[in-house]
Amino acid sequence: MRKSVDKFKHIISKVIPLDRSNIDTDAIIPKQFLKSIKRTGFGPNLFDEWRYLDHGEPGMDNSKRSINPDFVLNKPQFKDSKILLVRENFGCGSSREHAPWALLDFGIKVIIAESFADIFYNNCFKNGILPITLQKDEIEELFSETETKTLEIEVNLEKQFVKSSKSYSFEIDEFKKSSLLNGLDEIGLTLENKSVIVNFEKSYFSNYPWLKQE
Amino acid sequence: MAKNLYEKIFDKHVVLAQDDTYLIYIDRHLIHEVTSPQAFEGLKIHERPLWRKESVVAVPDHNVPTTDRDKGIQDPISKIQVETLDQNCKDHNLLQFDMSDVRQGIVHVIGPEQGLTLPGMTIVCGDSHTSTHGAFGALAMGIGTSEVEHVMATQCLIQKKLKTMKIDVQGKTHPLVSAKDIALFVIGQIGTAGGTGYAIEFCGDAIQQLSMEGRMTLCNMAIEAGARSGMVAVDDTTINYLKNKPFAPKNGMWDLAEKDWRTLHSDSDAVFDKVVEIDATMIEPQVSWGTSPEMVKGITESIPKKSNLTSDKHLDFQRALEYMGLNENTPINEISVDKVFIGSCTNSRIEDLREAARYLKGKKINPSIKLAMAVPGSGIVKKQAESEGLDKIFMESGFQWRDPGCSMCLAMNADRLESGDRCASTSNRNFEGRQGQGGRTHLVSPAMAAAAAVHGHFVDIRNEKISG
Ligand code: SF4
Repeated sequence: MRKSVDKFKHIISKVIPLDRSNIDTDAIIPKQFLKSIKRTGFGPNLFDEWRYLDHGEPGMDNSKRSINPDFVLNKPQFKDSKILLVRENFGCGSSREHAPWALLDFGIKVIIAESFADIFYNNCFKNGILPITLQKDEIEELFSETETKTLEIEVNLEKQFVKSSKSYSFEIDEFKKSSLLNGLDEIGLTLENKSVIVNFEKSYFSNYPWLKQE
Repeated sequence: MAKNLYEKIFDKHVVLAQDDTYLIYIDRHLIHEVTSPQAFEGLKIHERPLWRKESVVAVPDHNVPTTDRDKGIQDPISKIQVETLDQNCKDHNLLQFDMSDVRQGIVHVIGPEQGLTLPGMTIVCGDSHTSTHGAFGALAMGIGTSEVEHVMATQCLIQKKLKTMKIDVQGKTHPLVSAKDIALFVIGQIGTAGGTGYAIEFCGDAIQQLSMEGRMTLCNMAIEAGARSGMVAVDDTTINYLKNKPFAPKNGMWDLAEKDWRTLHSDSDAVFDKVVEIDATMIEPQVSWGTSPEMVKGITESIPKKSNLTSDKHLDFQRALEYMGLNENTPINEISVDKVFIGSCTNSRIEDLREAARYLKGKKINPSIKLAMAVPGSGIVKKQAESEGLDKIFMESGFQWRDPGCSMCLAMNADRLESGDRCASTSNRNFEGRQGQGGRTHLVSPAMAAAAAVHGHFVDIRNEKISG
């Protein structure tokens, strides 16, 4: 089988604490960057309006722009971090898959939140990103740990736990878990059922003939 | 067994079931220029054909200019994106309403208008406001680009069943309280994550009384409550709207279809995972004051006081007030605006324009307003409005009358707020920077936007003189 995304591996990384709720996909990747017809290259513009002090447009040389030194993503210790820690309803708003593409392009492989918006949550899995939902008080504990030190976290998808000074277990759908672990190509998987879909169409269109406009 | 509307439609579309994961069949696939190019590219790389080209309808809307159409798109990057859509449609022989077609418009306006959105369908689009189409008793969902490719290649989507929520709006709203006010009120009640994981069905007297345009406005905003889809049961209003639409079934097929559509409502004893009851008489005209659609109040109310909020909300509250340049406890009707935008897939249909024009007739916008624009949702809406003389009313009052597209809803084209601008907008999102970096958005109904344009600040539309 053709693999579509990289297999998800066991990760140990510093965690970036981004202490906000309701972070929307407009904030993750502003609209002017959606004009690209590619899936890659969005990393430098991840959280563009928060990360830079000037207004970003596609095609700019980002290394020449003025950086917002207070924004957590810009702190040097998080340069190679793979884990993002946020609050509730992360990824709300627009369905743009450019949001997970930008996170991935930056290097983020895991997002830990109290809750996620539905479409964004789905989009993560399609791109090999693991969104982890923890309880409110657990998120609170992790945030308070990040206040005193640069926190390193271990993420184990196979065994479904996140470990800082304490270990937290998380829930995940079996199908989604195995897709991530094996880097499965979902379209290829669905197409293995080609004849089932063809047969479905036959009876479907005989029941609802007006839907079969040519 | 009794079923609710969501279950009825979902069950009809199950191709395969494995435990709680389903492969469901997709009837209608709408595409636009922003979220489709990478999906077409994926098909090409894997040498996969498009499964059922008749299911696809394409339209450019996000990047198109709303002035000087004949000059084409000035921004070279936007231009490439729209041309890529043109080329992909050509390569795959797809139905497209391109920029020169009078049927072009916002994808969620043209689907229903052309009769391409039908009851009982599963409808997807790489766009979160696909929930709009649920107004027709359809299961309509926004999807990401990987899923767009999946549907193109297989005509199916991998899904779990959503939980179901019934929002029952009982009683009558004030005649000048619109579907937009109902939508904002509901979001204010349940929060922007209140509908996460649910399909919402809106029902009750106040919903039945809504026109199809109103129902679309309501379902459009379901995503702002976190729900992937919103829906309304089929009734006479639905059927009458669809009759004689260009792509709706004709003759004998219509009769067959209508018979089926009439069954598309929740059974009387159907069960929902959650029920929310709302008293329609409590709903005032709404104005959002913050940077999330749940930060909303009635026109006679004030911005909340920090001390009245739970402590976990303090940080977000403070940040929102700072961004919006507002203070706690400010009465909503004291908030002034300098720009007004009437448009977007929430409120750019003919009824919305009529509602605004009815108020604007014989009035002038306030000299403090720097820009007021009306952007019809489609070429067909524009034509209809012009035949009714609405364009003249808008222009005589001081509004600009534009060509159809998403425009300043998300400011991907040239229409955008400057930093610090404060806008009364009929769109659906007031996120930071949504309508332009540093821009401040207040979400309102078309009539409330028109009234704010005339007064230069928000006013209670219920106390205003209306000519028509
Ligand atoms: S009008 Fe706004 S919300 Fe609607 S599809 Fe266009 S950009 Fe999205």
